[in-house]
Amino acid sequence: MTQESFSARRQSETQDAAEQIQVNTTGQSAGVDDLLDEIDSVLESNAEEFVRGFVQKGGQ
Amino acid sequence: MDRRIFGLETEFGLNYVPSDGRRLTPEDAARHLFRPIVAWGRSSNVFLENGSRLYLDVGSHPEYATAECDQLLQLIAHDRAGEALMLDLVDQAEDQLMEEGHEGKIFMFKNNVDSAGNSYGCHENYLIPRKIEFKRLADMLIPFLVTRQLLCGAGNLVQVGEETKFVFSQRADHMWEGVSSATTRSRPIINTRDEPHADAEYHRRLHVIVGDSTMSETTQLLKIGATDLVLRLIESGEIYHDLRLENPIRSIRQISHDFTGQTVVRLMGGDEPTALQIQWVLLDSVKQFIAKHGAHHDRVEQIIELWERVLNAIEAQNFSAIDKDIDWAIKRKLLLGYAQKNSLELSSHRLAQLNLTYHDIDPSRGLFHLLRKRGLATSVVSDAQIRDAIFNPPETTRAVVRSKFIKAARATGRRYSADWVHMKYEEGQGGVVLCKDPFATQNDQVDELIEIMSKPV
Repeated sequence: MTQESFSARRQSETQDAAEQIQVNTTGQSAGVDDLLDEIDSVLESNAEEFVRGFVQKGGQ
Repeated sequence: MDRRIFGLETEFGLNYVPSDGRRLTPEDAARHLFRPIVAWGRSSNVFLENGSRLYLDVGSHPEYATAECDQLLQLIAHDRAGEALMLDLVDQAEDQLMEEGHEGKIFMFKNNVDSAGNSYGCHENYLIPRKIEFKRLADMLIPFLVTRQLLCGAGNLVQVGEETKFVFSQRADHMWEGVSSATTRSRPIINTRDEPHADAEYHRRLHVIVGDSTMSETTQLLKIGATDLVLRLIESGEIYHDLRLENPIRSIRQISHDFTGQTVVRLMGGDEPTALQIQWVLLDSVKQFIAKHGAHHDRVEQIIELWERVLNAIEAQNFSAIDKDIDWAIKRKLLLGYAQKNSLELSSHRLAQLNLTYHDIDPSRGLFHLLRKRGLATSVVSDAQIRDAIFNPPETTRAVVRSKFIKAARATGRRYSADWVHMKYEEGQGGVVLCKDPFATQNDQVDELIEIMSKPV
């Protein structure tokens, strides 16, 4: 693919996200505990359905 | 070989989760995903301007094969560029689906198993000298590969009888043979399909298909770096330990399921070392070899230090020294921490979801990437290096020639085709150029072809 066909959407998003994280980490420690607190807001809500729904054909 | 060509092929898992109740089959999702690729290259099997190959493989798995690399960090950057390219296709497909009235999200996982027990792979390619006796190489390499999961397994939750266990490897339970030519029917540790994409008189391809896909760049450095060092040792013919395993497939599963590393492995000669002892023997041999011949690149010291640190951590059963560097240890800490905090059993659906979402390549929700952003998983290449690898080839291999040819051909709008060794102009004279040397960054015949293409027909 070329630079032109590579969409720009993600680039601006990830930059925003990176800045956001930097803001977060300048304060208190950003350890696993913080992530454990936040994980539930990131994950899809129906765990069972999410995992069961992921079925592929076998690959190599 | 002091200078070796490496390549990584990664099959990704793909799932579309509708928020409007309208499902898509994996085949449909893959077709949507590859629409921009088909528009770009008139095929769902293309070579890109960075020298890599992107295609839909067996079972509608999107697959990315890095261009040929000859340095480890270069290889890691190019592998990560593959994730970035896939992620971009996901964005474009979601937008397209939305326009067509489908509301939902596409998830792409760099892992090796789905919930029904299907497996898909991450294949490693190493260029090796033709003159090496392959059986001897396999005899020495298989004990290393069977125990290598201690260093670079991606970690997994598996059901054993009534119990759910956290194990080292995703792939170990899906391997069925030591060495063979099969890939899907019966998966071997080493596949003998010998496609060197180079002069077959001097080179052959070593195709390792036992490895887990790797999220952590540091784990990737150890996985490929240690394998290259063991190959170098074998190629030298200097140090030989007979570590041939009586039953590699039984051993690979037992080792994966035992976090102590103390699984006894029965050798053909009758000895019964543990998995850890086999790794120590190989590490010591590699260190002796380096002491005698010197390091062949600037990351050797780091690889040895990491290798030793992992073995010590397993021996001491204290994983805190490696839980930012090695995939299984990073994931284990996350899963056990979450289970403890929420009083959950490993068998809970939520833990299965964490085990899967660790491999989500989306940096805004993939758990590995969230850990990395918080400094809880180490990196070895920069975002700038990955970004560069999306558009540009490795600078030190034949990928430069392929990239130059594809860029030039596309600029003229002429019909062309390219693969690992052939650069072909499909209109007018000039024909096809065979590029057999994977180390050559320059090819006069390809330059002539580009010259011909730029002239009016």
